[in-house]
Amino acid sequence: MLDTLLAPLRHLGHLSVNAVWRLGFASRFLLAILRFSGQSLARFQLTIREVYFAGVLSLIIIVVSGLFVGMVLGLQGYNTLSRFGSADALGALVALSLLRELGPVLAALLFASRAGSAMTAEIGLMKATEQLEAMNVMAVNPIARVVAPRFWAGVISMPVLAAIFNVMGIFGGYLVGVVMIGLDDGTFWSQMQNAVDLHSDVVNGLIKSLVFGVAVTLIAVFEGYDATPTAAGVSGATTRTVVTSALVILALDFVLTAFMF
Amino acid sequence: MKRTTIDLWVGVFVALGIAAVVFLSLKVANLVPASAEQTYPLVAEFDNIGGLKAKAPVKSAGVVVGRVAAIELDAQSYRAKVTLQIDKQFQFSRDVSAEILTSGLLGEQYIGLTQGGDPDNLAAGGRITLTSSAVVLEQLIGKFMTSFAEKGDGKPAAAQ
Repeated sequence: MLDTLLAPLRHLGHLSVNAVWRLGFASRFLLAILRFSGQSLARFQLTIREVYFAGVLSLIIIVVSGLFVGMVLGLQGYNTLSRFGSADALGALVALSLLRELGPVLAALLFASRAGSAMTAEIGLMKATEQLEAMNVMAVNPIARVVAPRFWAGVISMPVLAAIFNVMGIFGGYLVGVVMIGLDDGTFWSQMQNAVDLHSDVVNGLIKSLVFGVAVTLIAVFEGYDATPTAAGVSGATTRTVVTSALVILALDFVLTAFMF
Repeated sequence: MKRTTIDLWVGVFVALGIAAVVFLSLKVANLVPASAEQTYPLVAEFDNIGGLKAKAPVKSAGVVVGRVAAIELDAQSYRAKVTLQIDKQFQFSRDVSAEILTSGLLGEQYIGLTQGGDPDNLAAGGRITLTSSAVVLEQLIGKFMTSFAEKGDGKPAAAQ
């Protein structure tokens, strides 16, 4: 009787201890990546290859979703703003919401599900098929050879993808606002230029996406490296990558926004 | 996939990213290369600045000639001390007047400068003495209501 009551408590305690333990392991893992980065950046070709897989192959989903998010912002923004007779401010609304929040956050969420999950699955499968062990045996450091290039590729790709997402979103807002609804072209851009500040909006947005890039790729490579080397383990790790990344992105976004704006 | 193809695509990717950042800086944020040497400061004190904020435009005859650099409360006189950064090519005379205006009914507030007739110009850091405060909408409505109540005819003001 007592045992059935205590079991959930014990489970909760186990989960909390496990979470703290994994956080510590992940921090130590980040230090290891940074320590061996010199070796892998000396062979920059490895990182370029990973930028191709993480960044270039994510371009299509980023471009298309950016365009649609911008078009939706244009439509919804126009509907709301025209109620207050200030539809002219549509350009400012679209640009500010994209640059400050939607661009970095949505690009990071898409990146986590498109590239982060692939990284986890790849590293997890390498572990399951004992390729990482084989590297160790051949005196090749798997963190320098496999993990660090992927980490840096993610960190490089994320701000680039977020910037492209923003541009596509603004273009989408322009399509709906100016081409479709027929707002004035000059007002759209001048309102936007008056409202957007280079440092507080553009640069802060890029800093956000850089932080998200570090977080998402660290989670992805860590989950892959830490995966139970079985088929079920790899699939669980891939799921955890997407879920943890999404939660971490949104939580970090709140913290960063509180500090920046 | 061949190594050169990957290099090409990554190159295109990074170039796209740089182009995106340049677009965001130039077209969206309207980055104007302005250094501190091209502007000079002026100081103006107001009784009430209303909703004026730092970086608000300073206009003369409707043309932007500078920005509000800083707003602080003078500890002695308890008036708002506003520092303006004015473009070097525009010099104002010593009796220039500054007023806080609103663009549109509820738009952003800015400072309007009206050039005076004095032949001497204000030096950098000079003080604008002729200032008029912001019109605060609540006070305006309050005054209107008071004068309306004093008349005491009770009719709505729709005729205006």
